[in-house]
Amino acid sequence: MRKIAIYGKGGIGKSTTTQNTVAGLAEMKKKIMVVGCDPKADSTRLLLGGLAQKTVLDTLREEGEDVEIDDVIKAGYAGVRCVESGGPEPGVGCAGRGIITSITLLEQLGAYDDCWDLDYAFYDVLGDVVCGGFAMPIRDGKAKEIYIVVSGEMMAMYAANNICKGIVKYADTGGVRLGGLICNSRNVDNEREMIEQLASKLGTQMIHFVPRDNMVQRAEIHRQTVIEFDPTHGQADEYRTLARNIENNEMFVIPKPLEIEELEKLLIDFGIC
Amino acid sequence: MSMKNKLPDPAAVKDEILKKYPPKVARKRSKSIQVLGEPGLEIQANVRTIPGIITQRGCCYAGCKGVVLGPTRDIINLTHGPIGCGFYSWLTRRNQTDPGPDGENYMVYAFSTDMQDENVVFGGEKKLREAIQEAYDIFHPKAISIFSTCPIGLIGDDIHSVARAMKEKFGDCNVFGFSCEGYKGVSQSAGHHIANNQIFKHVIGLNDEAPEGKYKINMLGEYNIGGDAFEIERILKKCGITLVSSFSGNSSIDQFERAHTADLSVVMCHRSINYVAEMLEKKYGIPWFKVNFIGAKATAKSLRKIAQYFEDEELSAKVEEVIKEELVQVARVAAEIKPKTEGKLAMMFVGGSRAHHYQELFREIGMTTMAAGYEFAHRDDYEGRKVLADIKVDADSRNIEELHVVADEKRYNPRKSPELKEKMIKDGFAFSDYEGMIPEMPAGTMAIDDISHYEMEKLIEAYKPAVFCAGIKEKYCVQKFGIPLKQLHSYDYGGPYAGFVGAVNFYKEIERMVNTKVWKLIKAPWADAPSLHAELACE
Repeated sequence: MRKIAIYGKGGIGKSTTTQNTVAGLAEMKKKIMVVGCDPKADSTRLLLGGLAQKTVLDTLREEGEDVEIDDVIKAGYAGVRCVESGGPEPGVGCAGRGIITSITLLEQLGAYDDCWDLDYAFYDVLGDVVCGGFAMPIRDGKAKEIYIVVSGEMMAMYAANNICKGIVKYADTGGVRLGGLICNSRNVDNEREMIEQLASKLGTQMIHFVPRDNMVQRAEIHRQTVIEFDPTHGQADEYRTLARNIENNEMFVIPKPLEIEELEKLLIDFGIC
Repeated sequence: MSMKNKLPDPAAVKDEILKKYPPKVARKRSKSIQVLGEPGLEIQANVRTIPGIITQRGCCYAGCKGVVLGPTRDIINLTHGPIGCGFYSWLTRRNQTDPGPDGENYMVYAFSTDMQDENVVFGGEKKLREAIQEAYDIFHPKAISIFSTCPIGLIGDDIHSVARAMKEKFGDCNVFGFSCEGYKGVSQSAGHHIANNQIFKHVIGLNDEAPEGKYKINMLGEYNIGGDAFEIERILKKCGITLVSSFSGNSSIDQFERAHTADLSVVMCHRSINYVAEMLEKKYGIPWFKVNFIGAKATAKSLRKIAQYFEDEELSAKVEEVIKEELVQVARVAAEIKPKTEGKLAMMFVGGSRAHHYQELFREIGMTTMAAGYEFAHRDDYEGRKVLADIKVDADSRNIEELHVVADEKRYNPRKSPELKEKMIKDGFAFSDYEGMIPEMPAGTMAIDDISHYEMEKLIEAYKPAVFCAGIKEKYCVQKFGIPLKQLHSYDYGGPYAGFVGAVNFYKEIERMVNTKVWKLIKAPWADAPSLHAELACE
C-alpha cells in the first residue's frame, strides 16, 4: 500500500485535487482509502456525494471506547473508503492533537489492515504544517509520499517551501519523501515555468500542471468529482493524467528547501518580466 | 572555630565541582556557586536551569496552587488539567488548618477537571464550567479558584472568561483564575507572583469591616507547615497582637478580603509574597517589614520590632514579658542539647527563604551551616533588597504580569505619615527591608543557587555534614550517604518549628537526627560485596 499525504497552502485546492485524483485512480480499479485530516471534515465530500459521515473524533466522543471501524468509514465513489478525522470548532481545543488521536485510533481499528487490500491511503491535510499534530501523517512513516499542491502565487510557493522543511525534518526518522509538486493553476503569468523551476530547485518535479477550469467548480456544486460529473470533459482527463503520473511515479526525494531570498528571486525572474 | 582548619577549602571544592562540567556549563554554574567572604559578592539566581541537570525546582503551577493558595481552607482550589497535577499537589506540603468556626475546609479534597484526550482536542472550557457548577452545587463555597496546567495554555482555554461568567451566574461565590501553566518562568517563583497578582486583584479589599484589635497586622509568607502558624498565632495572641490575615497558613478567604484593614504587614517568606506586601502599601498605605519567626532569638527580635513599630509602651512591655516567659523553656532545652550538637555541620538547600531562616535555629544549638542555597529565589533574597535596582529583568520574568497599582482614592491611608516614617528610618528602623541570606553567613561558607544533584553529592563527599536539609527529591539520595536528611518543605512528620515551642521541637529533632547511630549500623549491599564487572561479549 502506498501512503500518500497531500499538503499545501490553505485554499489552494488540496481536497478538490485529492478527490479528483483519487477518482482517477479508482477508475483504474485501485483500492483506496482517503483520510481527511482537517477539522472542517470536508475532504471526502465529493467522493461521498455530500454525505457528511460522522468523524472519528465525534464518534470517539459520543461512543466512548466502543468504536467500530464501520462507524467511521464509509464507501464513496467507486468504492473509495472515506474517513474524516474531524476536530474542534475554530478557536478552541487542539486540532493537531485531534489528528494524532484520530490516526492512532484508525490504526488500532485496523483501517490499514491487509484484509482491505488497499493500493493507496491518501491523507488530505489542513493548510500549512502549523504544529506537530498536522505533521502526524508524515511522522513515524505514516505517509511515505508527499505531494504538495501549489500555484504560481507567492504565498502558495512560500507555503510549499515551508512544507518541504517539515518533510526534511522527518525524512530521516520516518523515511518520508517528496513525490512532486502538483500545480493547481491560478492563471498566474509564467506559472508552469515558475513551478517547474521551483520544483527543480527543490530537487523534485512538477508531477502535473492542472489547468484552471470552471468545470471543477460546477462538479463541486453538484457534490461530485469532475470524473463522476462529466467523465468526457477535458478536465477529467487532466485528473486522469495526474492519477497516472502518481501511479507511475518513481521520483521520491528529500527536498532541498530554498532560502527566502532565493524564493523571492524566483518570483522576480518569472513573475515580473 | 577550630574545626575550620580541618575542613576542605571551599574554593577547591567549587573547582572540583566545576571540573566535571563542559566549559559553557561550568562558566554558568560558577556564577551560582559562591564562596562567601568578600562583601558585595554577587550571586547568579533566578535563571534557567541548564537542561540535563537534576534540579530541585518545581513548576509555576506548583508555586501558585501548591504554595500560595494551597493552605487556604475555604476556597475550592480547582485544577484545570489532567488529574496528575491536581493529585500530586494535594496536601504534600503538610499545610495544616483549623476547620474554622463553620467547618468549611476544602483542603481535604482534591479538585480537578480531569482533562481527557477528548477535552484537549475539543477544548476544555465546557468541562471546566461543569466542574465549577458541580463544586458549587455540592459545597456552596465562598470562592472557587481555577489553576491552569500546561495543556490549558497550549490549547488556549480562556479560564478567566469562564470564571467571570460563573461568578456572575452564582452571585454569591467569587470565582477567579490563575494562568499559572507549569512551563511559565524558570521555577515555581513565577507561580508565586501570579498568585500574588490575582489574589490582590480579585480578593483583597472586598470587605472593609476591620476586626477588633489594637495592634492589627497581616502575616505574609507563612504557610503553616507542620503547625507553624498555630504556634505563631499563640505567641501573637499572648502579646495582644491581632492577626487580620495570614497569607496563607491557617487562613480563610475573609481574612484576605479585609487584609487592607491591618496597620502593618510582616513578611516571613520574602520571595513568595513580597509582591502583595508592596501592593498593600501602595494601594492602602500599609507599611511592611521582614520578620522571621524561625529561631527563638529571631522570634524575639521580630516581636520587638512589631512592638517598636506600634510605638506603644504597653505593647512593648507585654512583648518583653512574653519573651522572658517563653525563653525559659527554650534556654533550658538549648543548654541540654547544645553540648551534643555543638560544632557539627549542616547544609540547607530549600525554598526561597527557608535556607536562610533555619540557620538561626542551627546557630542556637552551636551548629554551622556550611553551605546553603535556594531553589527559586532571586538575587535580592541572597544579597538583600539593595540589589533590586541592579537585577536584570530577563525574558522569563517579563512573561509574568506586573500589576500597576496606585493609591486607592478612598481607602489609601498611610499608617505612618511620611515624616514619621522618615524619622523612624533615621533612628534605624528598617521598612520594606530584607538583608538577604548571604550577609548572615560566616566567611568561608558557601551559597549555591539551584543546586544540582551532582553538586549536592560532591558537597556531601567533601564536608560530610551531620545533617542535610532539603526536600523529598533529595531525601533518599542523601540518606544513602549515611547522612540524615530533614525535609524543610514538609518537616517529614514533625513540627511546628516556628516560634518558641517550635525552636524547642527543632533542637530536639536535630539532636535526635545527628546523634543517632542508625546510619552507621546499616551497610549498603555494595559496601561489602565486590561490584560486578562485565564486558560486552561482542562489539
